[in-house]
Amino acid sequence: MSPEPRRAWSGRDSSELTVEGVVEGRLGPDDIRISPDTLRHQADVARAHGNPQLAANFERAAELAAFDEADVLALYELLRPGRATGAELRARADALDARSAPICAAFVREAATVYERTGLTA
Amino acid sequence: MGEAQGPRPRPIGRVRFMDAQRVNLDGFAAENTDLGMVAYDSPADPAPSLVLREGRVVEMDGRAEADFDSIDEFVARHGLDLDVAEEAMAVDDLTYARMLVDPAVPRAELVRLAAGMTPAKLAAPLALLRPVELMVAMTKVRARRTPSNQAHVTNRLDDPLLLAADAATAAAFGFRELETTVPVLNDAPSNALAVTLGSVVGAAGVLVQCSVEEALELELGMRGFVSYAETVSLYGTHEVFVDGDDTPWSKALLASAYASRGVKMRVTSGGGAEALMGGAQGHSMFYLEARCVALARAIGAQGVQNGGIDSASVAASVPKGVRSLTAENLMVMLRNLESCSGNDALMSESDMRRTARTLPTLLAGSDFICSGFGSIQRFDNMFGPSNLNAEDIDDYLAIQRDWGVDGGLRTADADDLERIRRRAAQVARDVYAWFGLADFGDEQVELAVDAAGSKDLGTTDTLAVLNAALTIKTSGMTGLDVVSALEQCGYPDEARRLLDMLAARVSGDYLQTAAIFDESMNVLSLVTDPNDYLGPGTGYDPTPERQAEIDAIRQERSVDDLRRAQDDPAEFARFSVVEEATVGTHAGEVVVGLSPAVGRAISRTLSGLSVSEALAEILAGLEEEGCTARLVRVNDSIDLGSIGLKAARLAGSGIGIGLQAKGTALIHRRDLPPLANLELYSVAPTIGRADYRLLGVNAGRHAKGATPDPARNPYSDEAIEARYHTRVVALVAIERTLATGAPPEELAWKGER
Repeated sequence: MSPEPRRAWSGRDSSELTVEGVVEGRLGPDDIRISPDTLRHQADVARAHGNPQLAANFERAAELAAFDEADVLALYELLRPGRATGAELRARADALDARSAPICAAFVREAATVYERTGLTA
Repeated sequence: MGEAQGPRPRPIGRVRFMDAQRVNLDGFAAENTDLGMVAYDSPADPAPSLVLREGRVVEMDGRAEADFDSIDEFVARHGLDLDVAEEAMAVDDLTYARMLVDPAVPRAELVRLAAGMTPAKLAAPLALLRPVELMVAMTKVRARRTPSNQAHVTNRLDDPLLLAADAATAAAFGFRELETTVPVLNDAPSNALAVTLGSVVGAAGVLVQCSVEEALELELGMRGFVSYAETVSLYGTHEVFVDGDDTPWSKALLASAYASRGVKMRVTSGGGAEALMGGAQGHSMFYLEARCVALARAIGAQGVQNGGIDSASVAASVPKGVRSLTAENLMVMLRNLESCSGNDALMSESDMRRTARTLPTLLAGSDFICSGFGSIQRFDNMFGPSNLNAEDIDDYLAIQRDWGVDGGLRTADADDLERIRRRAAQVARDVYAWFGLADFGDEQVELAVDAAGSKDLGTTDTLAVLNAALTIKTSGMTGLDVVSALEQCGYPDEARRLLDMLAARVSGDYLQTAAIFDESMNVLSLVTDPNDYLGPGTGYDPTPERQAEIDAIRQERSVDDLRRAQDDPAEFARFSVVEEATVGTHAGEVVVGLSPAVGRAISRTLSGLSVSEALAEILAGLEEEGCTARLVRVNDSIDLGSIGLKAARLAGSGIGIGLQAKGTALIHRRDLPPLANLELYSVAPTIGRADYRLLGVNAGRHAKGATPDPARNPYSDEAIEARYHTRVVALVAIERTLATGAPPEELAWKGER
């Protein structure tokens, strides 16, 4: 199993999080933001505890962890019923590949195929 | 005979009386498979099946790949462990059902096999389990060893000070997750902030969520105003799912979105939801829920809130409906997920039915026994009343204690509650002022501290709440800003607690299945606190400290407590010993025999009169009849019959009255056996002044050889014994210590007439 990472997105160790640091403005949102490596570690833990689906979720999340909040919300919105055509979904999948998110890209491509067959496209 | 004509005749009194009971406000539906109004086994439910071709599912539960709807597709592609599927699908239903209750079969083996079972396959053995078997299986299969509980914290005004005070209160009572929501959607950011502020005053490590529309809930989580999410609804049919404006893929993405910010989430489903929305397609509630739970696992949610949530009363309206709700929870556990076990929406007007619905979960234990215990009063619950509410917290604590089980709650001391409610309201006021969100005064703080519900707040400025919420939403402020504000407003402990909750996102340990924090911020989850139940003597037992919390409810009283309450030197000083008692000779004399504790240790009867007040009435009654009275304290017996008989044998008339300090009384005659008597006033809590007066009158009439109309004990339908028996035990114990065997002594008494 992967070693247990303790570092936030910013690279700061979680033991360095102090109220003083927050008040003085030395700590920001990226210091309490989970890192992709930590999510991949949690995926290993989930898999070792009999839940590969939870692991897969954390692996998707590890890719999304690099995205800003608006992008994450937009991707969610795009996958809701009737929001996008199959072509639009595939185009987004290509964009995800380009942003080093191959797992999410494959996931959106799979959705595109199913959405077309089951009437969930725009 | 043809059909009856005209209005139905008025039923007889017994039926009218039964019709008027509260349970008959509930709806009871005849099974109707077309509408999905059936708990288990509808004809439209498929037989379990799974066909694999080259490692790919090409048929599942009777449906070919080409016909898969979106739910089938997602479960088939992501939800099943195909390595174990062949073995799992071949396990006989009854065999698996027996494995569920067999202490020799560990949880891990049950979970391993369930991972390869299709929805219909896993539903089949669970439908075979009887209620007690469901409970045994829940005890064994739930993910987390330590049970816990979740509260709703809302009010109809979205008042931030009251939300904060009530959140702190819920945390003090032991709830480890607090869920709020809004009657006015735009208030959501304010409610999330207020409940979070209250939670950190009440206890460390309490998780908070704000149940609103999916995108807004996600935003609140990402910005650090809440620490988990739950309102991610799944449905068992494609059509109802899409009506909910989501697909399995969008929900799975939502799950990943929360995880990407280190925020715990679970999904929500529950039997009866599809029938309620007119979309059950003829399927049973349990089969559709089996699809939801399989999908929950497939999308990678760590847990499920089910057990008939908003539709609990729909499930409860059909035969075996309540049983199926508990089976839903067990199914979640078997999918190796956290169970947040319903007992949420109020499912009956009947106190008995709603208690009977929840008791199996409480006794078996669950990751969360309630997925929303209304910690506020019913009218303030903006989800609608819960099955259990603030009205029931003391009942719940008593039931925990009765059965010796950990239902997740604890007693909160009255003084502590006042202190933390005041601090929570002050924290909310100061933080709202710090950010310029709203200005609340001392008077509003004090109203929130004292309020049992929002009706006690009077008129509030609801527009101010809306403005505060809008400012929070548009200002870009985050949870870290709130940490800073808490520190600078002079609340360092709360600042630290909130920062700890935010920092927990960095390690992600609380993303794992069934994770909660204890009050030292340790994560308890499937990973760190796995359920190890394997029959009697194994699994979770409360620690001695926790057991003491469960046992020591605030209403508990010891003999010493009661002795102190009975200590009244002024009352005792009314009695003084004259001499050793002798036999009287005057024919009109009645002796009042008193128990050993009279004038020494017990000052009040169970009806609340002082012993002197009871005695004064007895003596007045005797006087009315022209009798004289003598008081004799019996020191060798605490038995009322014996006291009365001894008094009668000392009385010139041969008639004696026995009076125990706790108020029980009788009339005796010297020639009767001890256990016979002339009149018995046995229910001390209901004996008032008039009864003691009548006792004196009737004793006087007996002394004169008349035959008075015997007194009747007052009628009561209350649980008199429940209310007084513990006190009786203590009072009898006190009497017993004073029954020294000394001879009876005549007493002088300075009474007030």
